Amino acid sequence: MIHFVVHEEGDGVGVVVVEDVKAGQQLNGWIMEDDKDVNVTARNDIPIGHKVALKDYRPGDTVIKYGVDIGKVVQPIAKGEHLHVHNVKTKRW
Amino acid sequence: MDLSKASFWGYRRENGRVGVRNHVIVLPVDDLSNAAAQAVENSIKGTLALPHPYGRLQFGADLDLHFRTLIGAGSNPNVAAVIVIGIEEGWTGQVVEGIKKTGKPVFGFGIEGHGDHETIRRASQKAKELVQWASELRREERPLKDLWVSTKCGESDTTSGCGANPTVGNAFDKLYPYGVTLVFGETTELTGGEHLVAARCRNEQVKKKFQYVFDRYQEVIDRHKTSDLMDSQPTKGNIAGGLTTIEEKALGNIQKIGRKCMVDGVLDKAETPTGPGLWFMDSSSAAAEMVTLCAAAGYVVHFFPTGQGNVIGNPILPVIKLCANPRTVRTMSEHIDVDVSGLLRKELTPDEAGDRLLDCMFRTANGRLTAAEALGHREFVLTRLYESA
Repeated sequence: MIHFVVHEEGDGVGVVVVEDVKAGQQLNGWIMEDDKDVNVTARNDIPIGHKVALKDYRPGDTVIKYGVDIGKVVQPIAKGEHLHVHNVKTKRW
Repeated sequence: MDLSKASFWGYRRENGRVGVRNHVIVLPVDDLSNAAAQAVENSIKGTLALPHPYGRLQFGADLDLHFRTLIGAGSNPNVAAVIVIGIEEGWTGQVVEGIKKTGKPVFGFGIEGHGDHETIRRASQKAKELVQWASELRREERPLKDLWVSTKCGESDTTSGCGANPTVGNAFDKLYPYGVTLVFGETTELTGGEHLVAARCRNEQVKKKFQYVFDRYQEVIDRHKTSDLMDSQPTKGNIAGGLTTIEEKALGNIQKIGRKCMVDGVLDKAETPTGPGLWFMDSSSAAAEMVTLCAAAGYVVHFFPTGQGNVIGNPILPVIKLCANPRTVRTMSEHIDVDVSGLLRKELTPDEAGDRLLDCMFRTANGRLTAAEALGHREFVLTRLYESA
């Protein structure tokens, strides 16, 4: 079962595509562009559509998705944590 | 899907354009004329009123856009004939003359000096004739290249970027080589991915024009913003769906233009393209505004990917909704025309998803009502540029 998808190899986040992901759950990921598998353990409950961090981040780091910059980290994020508006902000506007 | 001999059944209009619907519309020039327009719709079955809140004391570029949108809607080949109603005869006549260039039947009525009752009586009399005339028009088989297809996504979430939007991209890549006229837009919603669109522009001239309209819109944001636009762009719904920044939303949005199409030209709002290919329209990212601008530019079928479940429709432009979010497909199934959630379970390839959308496109073009049409979604929303005088 695929729990999350990653656009391409090198992206630092995965998108949860199933409902009811719970903290502590082992998640199976699929890297779509490269058709490879990747795994991570969820550290938080993560809603469907929301992102899971695939690496550790420090404030100031850049998050890469689709191989492109999608914003800056403003709070430390550990691999497996929920990555969203509470810890990542836009670099524009 | 082999599209080399593909065709659809549409209504060939006086100017050679082909529509997939056969509406007789009652078009108010201004807010004051909505009541009369809707009264005509109520009394003559088969007519469609397009009420809206504007049209008084507008000026300059904002007024030009108002006229362009109304004349464009009336000129759309999905429309067989038009009744125009305005508070006075001057601007009413201007809209009538604009639509008349298509050669289709169009009649204008001013309310001043007559009152609502007399205007409704006269307009209804003419509307009845037009509906009966239009009901005898027949569809004919037309080549794929006669179809104009627009796209804009809404209430996007992360599944839009990895499922529904790439499905539109796959379909666009398949339609493009056959000379179909395509369009995308949403200027601010390219923020963070604008370099990728610039790199797809056909030539330096197109790239320069694209960059100009992109930068101009950024200046509008900078001038009026009071925050980083969180909750507006991305919207509350986008954020609830998991999108975090405008950059992430933009990169998902851009998936709609596929991997092979080139951007052949840049259009102003509601401007009609001059040839086939993929056009970029400088436009708002608000769903009903953008879809209305596509209708006014002459597009006849619309691809609308959604994640969280935007319910939009348009009175004259059939809106096909596709979705890859399994929860939305389950909880809002009545709004979804094409379910591509299998993409995220590896049950569907991008190529199969694109074919599924194209199949729905042909069925819609041939007359099948979309979910939004069946549910009565008729959002006709005019874009305003600034305050009235």
